[in-house]
Amino acid sequence: MSTQSDLAIDASGLVKTYGDVRAVDGVDLSVRRGCVYGVLGPNGAGKTTTIRMLATLTRPDAGSARVLGHDIVREGDAVRRLVSLTGQLASVDEDLTGRENLVLIGKLLGVRRAAAKERAAELLDAFGISEAGGRLVKGYSGGMRRRLDIAASIVVTPELMFLDEPTTGLDPRSRNQVWEIVRALVAEGTTILLCTQYLEEADQLADGIAVIDRGTVIAEGTPAQLKASVGGGALTVRLLDPRQRPEAHLLLTRALGAVTLEPDPAALSASCADAGLGSAAVSGLTDAGIRVAGFSLGQPSLDEVFLALTGHPAEQAPAGDEPVRPPDPPEQRPAPRTLEPTEASS
Amino acid sequence: MTTTSAAPAPLSPETDAAAVRRAISSRSRPAPASRLSTALTFGWRGMLKVKHVPEQLLDVTVTPVMFVLMFTYLFGGAVAGSTAAYLDYILPGVLVMSVLFTTVYSGVALNTDRTKGVVDRFRSLPIWRSAPLVGSLLGDAVRYLIAGVVIITVGVLLGYRPDAGITGAAAALGLVVVFAFGLSWVFTTLGLLLRSPNAVMNAGFMGIFPLTFLSNVFVDPDTLPSLLRAFVDVNPISILATASRGLMEGNAEPGQITVVLGVAVLLTAVFAPLTTRLYSRS
Repeated sequence: MSTQSDLAIDASGLVKTYGDVRAVDGVDLSVRRGCVYGVLGPNGAGKTTTIRMLATLTRPDAGSARVLGHDIVREGDAVRRLVSLTGQLASVDEDLTGRENLVLIGKLLGVRRAAAKERAAELLDAFGISEAGGRLVKGYSGGMRRRLDIAASIVVTPELMFLDEPTTGLDPRSRNQVWEIVRALVAEGTTILLCTQYLEEADQLADGIAVIDRGTVIAEGTPAQLKASVGGGALTVRLLDPRQRPEAHLLLTRALGAVTLEPDPAALSASCADAGLGSAAVSGLTDAGIRVAGFSLGQPSLDEVFLALTGHPAEQAPAGDEPVRPPDPPEQRPAPRTLEPTEASS
Repeated sequence: MTTTSAAPAPLSPETDAAAVRRAISSRSRPAPASRLSTALTFGWRGMLKVKHVPEQLLDVTVTPVMFVLMFTYLFGGAVAGSTAAYLDYILPGVLVMSVLFTTVYSGVALNTDRTKGVVDRFRSLPIWRSAPLVGSLLGDAVRYLIAGVVIITVGVLLGYRPDAGITGAAAALGLVVVFAFGLSWVFTTLGLLLRSPNAVMNAGFMGIFPLTFLSNVFVDPDTLPSLLRAFVDVNPISILATASRGLMEGNAEPGQITVVLGVAVLLTAVFAPLTTRLYSRS
């Protein structure tokens, strides 16, 4: 249970309609201060619109929200003073240099020129872009642009930061850098609302997750609860010798239940939520003299999460970010599922 | 399906976690910047862009020079009997035309800005909501000044001598820039209503071209058919051109200057709030 003052975000019944499309169709969110809260969903689910309403860029058509205790409609200025936004499009000026971008934001926030320059240099250093600081952002790589974007959001450290798909389109190394920055921010006490399409990202960073689909929250819980509710990922084993597959099939079925024989004659897979159980099953194979060429224990993908929660695959909006689907009549919508806290996997 | 990674990947040498944490450990908040200071900062942003892409100044330097030369030597003899006589008439007119044409680009630039994420950044800052708009128009006013100075300089090189001297020329330039500031709000509104920079450019020139040509910028309206003349006489651009000529020659009528300033104030009063409203909802 949280009291009002513990909440960084307290939204209820947010609605935003574009024409006939209810992009956000009654979103409730409660986010405690100091945590990372993930909003997970496919393109067009309403994540960006929700963030834009909370960051006061878009006015909700219905519902209300308080961000750090301030009403997002009536006290927009107070909200803007405490939050910052890193949008899906990198929100930096590509016709300026990285350094100029940071100085610009500093000056707009009331930092004096000399101090703004000093702060810009400090941030460029910390984010590994000091060498490119004098070049136009146009020429930056996706990862550098993202880091600059985040740096621009913390010229004055915000109480709450909105991160909208911060790693979409980044290579794994840049992605890890962004994750490290997010962890550092949280460690210093900033609350983060993270929108993402990737279950792995939410799993790595978030303390709590809301799954959003067609403009409504369809499930909430910790990453572990979410994965457990989906029934976990899968263990895939490849054998050195395909002729040992029948024996492996027998052993794995005994350890894990239903086992699928893959098209690859040397491979088998079984659904497996518990990493410990999975690795025990693999040791069981080796103990029995079956030579294992390789194995992987995968997490359920977002698609699987969606399928499990909604009964339909995560559809992708054909273009752009706004959804194109007509809304379901409200009475057909199920209430958000609160996931049971007991079956969390370790 | 992704393979579970055993441990978080080590931080690359480029991003220094300790430095990041140091950088965000300071939680001091500066006092909010004043409206004027934020607007000036946005003006500074406009100047930085000119610094990085000086070619942007071509439209305010080369084009006006072409206009002066073309009109003086192509039409001067035919319209006014001699190029020298026409130069006296056309120079303040070309000043008005060139600067007003430049105002269309304010709308184009705003439209370009909006298609990028940077507007979201500005809108999420705790600053005066009109600051990005007022600031970029202040920056544009510098461009108008540059265009004006280029035109007057070219005129002087060609033999134009304003009777009211440099003070008169400066006053005329000042009046034109103030009017242009008012007019540019019309194009920023257009810039937020239309979909692409090109559409803004086309619509803008479709409006400003006839308005400029149906004025006394190029010809004395005495020879025009009465209906056309009636329009030309009330066209604010005619009044601006006449007032500019008057300021340069030292015989300006205060009434005309008042009308010009009044129109500028009116345009600003109507279109500045409209632009701000559209910008806040974009």
